[in-house]
Amino acid sequence: MGISNIFFIIALAAAGFWFAKNLNKIIRNINLGKDIDRGDSKAERWKKMFMVAIGQSKMVKKPISGALHIAVYVGFVIINIEMLEIVIDGIFGTHRVLAEPLGSFYNILIGSFEILAFLVLISCLIFLIRRNVLKVKRFGFREMLGWPKTDANIILIVEIMLMSAFLKMNAADYVLQQRGVEHYIQAGAFPISGSLIVPLYESFSTGFLIFVERVSWWFHIIGVLLFLNYLPYSKHFHIILAFPNVFFSKLDPKGKFTNMEAVTKEVKLMFDPEADPYAAPAEPEGPVERFGAKDVQDLTWKQLMDAYSCTECGRCTEQCPAAQTGKLLSPRKIMMDTRDRLEEVGKNIAKHGADHSDGKSLLGDYILEEELWACTTCNACTEACPVMIDPLSIIMDMRRSLIMEDSKAPAEITNMLNNIENNGAPWQFSQTDRANWVNEG
Amino acid sequence: MSESLQVNTMADLMAQGKKPEVLFWVGCAGSFDDRAKKITRAFVKILNNVGVNFAILGTEESCTGDPAKRAGNEFLFQMQAMSNIQVLNGYEVKKIVTTCPHCFNTLKNEYPGLGGNYEVMHHSQFLQKLMEEGKLKIEGGEFKGKKISFHDPCYLGRANGEYEAPRNLLQELDAELVELKRCKTQGLCCGAGGAQMFKEAEPGKKEINIERMEDVEEAKPDIVAVGCPFCMTMMTDGVKTKEKEDSIKVYDLAELIAESNKL
Repeated sequence: MGISNIFFIIALAAAGFWFAKNLNKIIRNINLGKDIDRGDSKAERWKKMFMVAIGQSKMVKKPISGALHIAVYVGFVIINIEMLEIVIDGIFGTHRVLAEPLGSFYNILIGSFEILAFLVLISCLIFLIRRNVLKVKRFGFREMLGWPKTDANIILIVEIMLMSAFLKMNAADYVLQQRGVEHYIQAGAFPISGSLIVPLYESFSTGFLIFVERVSWWFHIIGVLLFLNYLPYSKHFHIILAFPNVFFSKLDPKGKFTNMEAVTKEVKLMFDPEADPYAAPAEPEGPVERFGAKDVQDLTWKQLMDAYSCTECGRCTEQCPAAQTGKLLSPRKIMMDTRDRLEEVGKNIAKHGADHSDGKSLLGDYILEEELWACTTCNACTEACPVMIDPLSIIMDMRRSLIMEDSKAPAEITNMLNNIENNGAPWQFSQTDRANWVNEG
Repeated sequence: MSESLQVNTMADLMAQGKKPEVLFWVGCAGSFDDRAKKITRAFVKILNNVGVNFAILGTEESCTGDPAKRAGNEFLFQMQAMSNIQVLNGYEVKKIVTTCPHCFNTLKNEYPGLGGNYEVMHHSQFLQKLMEEGKLKIEGGEFKGKKISFHDPCYLGRANGEYEAPRNLLQELDAELVELKRCKTQGLCCGAGGAQMFKEAEPGKKEINIERMEDVEEAKPDIVAVGCPFCMTMMTDGVKTKEKEDSIKVYDLAELIAESNKL
């Protein structure tokens, strides 16, 4: 075993360890959320995951970005089969170890990897142009300035670099194979690198080509390991969470909002003729729950998973009637704020323990009342999301907190609520006049 | 009065020892809003004409609680819901039809969890069923050569996945159905949902109903068909703001059918 194999094993183990550590942090953060049962109707959930996550059925609602995304997605998944070989080669110092057992199928595999890698590369280039040159509108909202924009560009540039390294490695390998250089066995088919890069390499010396092949090989694998560890810090984490997030998504009709159980108990008591009006209130079991959501811990684990699944594509905000007409609300920002705040709370817990409070909250320090009151609950955002994120449920839970915890609402809303309470209609009409329309023809 | 309607209340029928086939849930807008009352009357004319055995709750009806819930007042919502459920269950109501998608959504989706289990239909679904059963014949003719666009109500469409019933009814009018640029799953809200109806919009560049009117102007229909009293208000206001009252009319599905059948 050579020094490079040892180095490889150390790099692989370190990357695996660091990723597992960060993954654990995210799981811990998601588990800060309240419980919600999303384990029912397994068959329907699997079906939905196959359609929406694996099948990308919502992505293709936008044909151009949908098709480009499928190229990158399929490329990513398939090319990762190659990782198996790279890892074996890296550990044991072999070269193209799968070529012999797979025979001519190996050529088909490598050939398709090349085509896919090229498609990924082109797609990422187009994505870069869409973001930075064409300036597609949904990437330009205020929440996208600064880090989110950089994050998106880093992801695309890294993917382009990884795919280029993969193709350069293949091209050098191919020329070395042709020259019958020892160690470089005749294996693989190179439809892309063979025609695009090989003509350039043919004049290079064998020594230099071995250098290019090795550097590209190492660049690619180290790049992949670093990129893996970039995911937990990035919106790109969606490549992992998209699948469970769709699986655990809401199956009820979009219009069905949750009925709060804590409220039901109280209201039932009020309607119970047997209830003793002078009885002391029952001791609450466990800590008193807040009505609605003021901070991330008041949300459910699914809403927190939503936040980590968001890749900031902005299809929700693009469809949102409030955002389209210049209101402060952007459903994407609701998700980004939730994640940012959750990360902050997670860091606080790691540093100061679980009971630490920094005096901040999602509602107020991140999300403003003005954003929440701009929502028409029209479900355009939930319909648009390719990974079934539900920003509307967070907006609703925060409105509940505003109304039921803080009694804060625009004056007209308070009036409307008073009317319902007093005369059973949102306007100031008497309930006894309800049927007047019958004789008003 | 030539326009007199045959409307029983549940209480009347109960006193006679009778039960209707279906309860017509009128809703607050349908009861009190002047424009929406016309929709209510048009729908009842169709029911009378077909001979549907229905009743209303009349003064026993109260807000479903939808605007309270969407504003965030779950407590008030559940108070409303439970007292309505007491009334509905007291009359042993099994089937409900309503001309308001917000009432429809709340009764259908949010009442079962609180003990109110009914078969709930939006009037477009109910009318479609009457048509399929051969009880309702839509004459057409009246609207021949006219262009009609349907504005999907969020709480019928996206919220409950019903896009076809209203279109199937409109198809019978012999008019030309022109889809708005944003329709069905992509339909743009009128701006009234989620308790927005009852407040000024938050500061922004444009009102949502004006944004929606621009879709209408692009499609150039003679008539915008709606299926929701709040959409009716928003679209009518939009037409007025754009000063298009002469060229674009806004009607509910029930009004179009009543008009077509000369009821």
